[in-house]
Parts: sequence; C-alpha cells; structure tokens
Amino acid sequence: MTPDPGRRIRAIGLISGGLDSTLAARVLLEQGIDVVGLHFSTGFCMNDHRRALARPDEDPRRMRNEGLRAGADLGIPIEVLDAGEAYLRMVLKPKHGYGRFANPCIDCRIFMIHGAADYMREHGGDFVFTGEVLGQRPMSQHMQALRMIERECGIEGFLLRPLSAQHLPESEPEKRGWVDRERLLGISGRSRKEQMALSERWGLSDFPQPSGGCCFLADENFARRFHDKRTHDAPESIRKEEMILLKVGRHFRIAPGVKIIVARDASENEFLARYEGARWRFEVLDCGSPITLVEGEPDDETRRLIASITARYSDRRAEPLVEVTARRGPLEERLTVPPVADAALEAWRL
Amino acid sequence: MHGLDLSPGAVSPDTERADRVIDTTGLYCPVPIVRTGEAIRGMRTGERLEILSDDRVILIDLPAWCRAHGHLYEGAREEDGVWRLRVVKAERTAR
Repeated sequence: MTPDPGRRIRAIGLISGGLDSTLAARVLLEQGIDVVGLHFSTGFCMNDHRRALARPDEDPRRMRNEGLRAGADLGIPIEVLDAGEAYLRMVLKPKHGYGRFANPCIDCRIFMIHGAADYMREHGGDFVFTGEVLGQRPMSQHMQALRMIERECGIEGFLLRPLSAQHLPESEPEKRGWVDRERLLGISGRSRKEQMALSERWGLSDFPQPSGGCCFLADENFARRFHDKRTHDAPESIRKEEMILLKVGRHFRIAPGVKIIVARDASENEFLARYEGARWRFEVLDCGSPITLVEGEPDDETRRLIASITARYSDRRAEPLVEVTARRGPLEERLTVPPVADAALEAWRL
Repeated sequence: MHGLDLSPGAVSPDTERADRVIDTTGLYCPVPIVRTGEAIRGMRTGERLEILSDDRVILIDLPAWCRAHGHLYEGAREEDGVWRLRVVKAERTAR
C-alpha cells in the first residue's frame, strides 16, 4: 500500500450522494487526492422503489440517483455496484443485529467498506474513506463501533473518516503524509450545522434531505412486515422478490403460513401483476378492484376469507355479497362472499 | 416532456453504428447504469455503446454518470416507449 513516487494518491469512498459523503469527498479533493466513489444499490432504497411505481407523467429528475448526481457535481467517477444476493443474506441474518427497525447498520457499513476494500485491491487505491461522523448515529457511529467496523473490514489504519478525523486516532494516510490531518475536520454529534456551513462555503446545495431517510430497512412499516416474514419463513429460503413485495400494498397475515398483499391503487395493481408467478391472484372483475396476491397455500376456508378481504377493498364493498375471482395458473374459482368488516381486518394487518 | 434537455447532440443515434448494444428494458435505474458500467469496461476508447431502456430516469442518471466518468453522452431518442441512448467511451475514466 505504498504508492509509486510521483503518482497521485487515490482514495476509494462510499458515496450515497447525501451531504456527509459529498463533503468527505470534497475535503479530500481539496488536498489534491484522486477520488473514486462507490455507490451500492442495495434493493432497499425508497427512491429506487419510487421509480418502479412512477406515473408516466412524473418528472424523472425527482427520482434521480443521488450518488451519480454527487459524482457529476464533484467531478469524480462513481461506480454503481449491485450489492445483490450477498447483501440480502446479510440483511436477513446480521451478525451485529438490528437497530430500532430492520436496520442492520453496523453490518451494512461492514458490507460496504469490505466492498470498497475489495474494489481498492482490484482496481488500485491507497485508502478507503466514508462520510461517517462520530456520534451522529446511535448504532453505527459511536467510537467503539467505528473502530470495530474498521477492524472487521481488515483495513485497519487505512479507513479514513475525513469529517471526524481530528477526533479519531491518526490513520495511516495521515501518518504517511498522504493526507494533511490539519486540513481534515473535527465534526461530531447529531447537529448538522458545520456540514451546512461547509456546503454553503463550497456551493453544494443540491443534495437530498435528510440523511438516512431513504432506506426501507429504517422504516417502521416495512420493518414490521420484514420481521413477520423472517419469523414465519426460514431466512435462508427468502428470495429477493419476496423482499420487493414487502414494499407494496396492504399486508395481512391471515394464517401462520398464509399472507396476502392487497394493492392500494392502479400502479400497485400493475406492480403486483408482474410478480404473480405461481401465486393465487384474487380480484373482483368488472369493477374497480385491487389485485390480491397470496403467499402460501390457503385452504378452502382461507380462500373465502381472502375473497372477502378483496371484496372489502373493491368498489362493491357496500354490497351484501360480492363475486370474487381467484386464479392460479390454469385454476379458476369464483367465490361469492360478504365483504369483511373493518374491525376484523385489524387483527391480521401487518 | 418536463423540459428535459437531451442535448448535447439530440443526435440521431442511427447515423453512426454502435459497437455494442445492451438491452436493459424492464430494469429500473440504477441497474441499467450498473450494466452500462460493466459493458463499457470491456470496450475500447472511442467505441460507441447503445443502451436500450424503458426507465425514463436513465435520461437523468446516464448523463450524470457520463459527466462523472468523462465519457461522451451523445443523446437519446424514444421509439415505442423504449429509449435508445448512446455513449462514446473516453480515454480516461478517472481523474
């Protein structure tokens, strides 16, 4: 990890496109360091999901990738990496557990920093940096966690946090004179005043607000469905597609082995239809009706209940009896049922 | 169309042959960008890549990706709901 004389120092950083990672990159660029940004696509980004449900008339600028935007603004290359199956396995069984919701923040940091270290080894680089701020987040950004993350990633000494460096032990890039410690920052805590002042000084105004607000894993509603899923199914058997479906519709667990997803509008109907596959699909034909997808194997009685819930969310909810069509591949069944009472629904809702 | 500026170029991408074409229809950004990065890594400087996509967000993300990497974004045009976008690989892809 010693650069050739005359070669510019190259830093590999995690760039979400939020203010902190953008500032961290900018601090290093100010010191004449080459910066390459890595942006992980995890499958749990709310912005990515918004694209999948976007109306045709929606302005695509509102759904842009913030990592790419930050790279263009900073003039640094951004590699977008698919975190893929390995990330899903980590999320379902995080070594360091979950935060308040389904957020495995420590394991997530380790996963991404590991990825950055691998990238550095494969493509060349002298150290890794992140926009982490000491004390900003309770689970992953206290002193002990920052040190442990570095140790577990196997790049001890070669992980720089430019925004909080002056509060942290000297890193190898500082010791070796690649980076001037005096020009790194001493930010700590949850206040973002210093970051805002720096963004103003450097003319960085086009960034998303607030940080950490775009991850499904840190969302209370998603977390409830996520934990229900992993407690009813073996985590190793859960597929990416099932995680995608947790983001859409109303979810009801109506039996230990049966869960249903009821679309909330036309765009969710269209979305769910793409994932029908070998699942049962319920709907009321010839009127405004949600598509209901079923996970699991419902028996006769359970299928009547699913029909009744589907009827409740259709335009015929006020009628005493509604005919609901259930299909699964070549199978078709017509069930005439009363729409379920709202009070009963709450016992099953996730 | 949201006042999107598809220049430089708004070129007719058919006037020059693409050296490689990738079809990312059905995939949402940033996946088409991931595929673009993978494809362009295996190409030579000056070669032209054509990307097919039905996600309009690529009209924002691909020019940003090109600006960040120094590749030349030539423009895009739509045919039956599918965007055809063209990129010419630059000599240097990092600062």
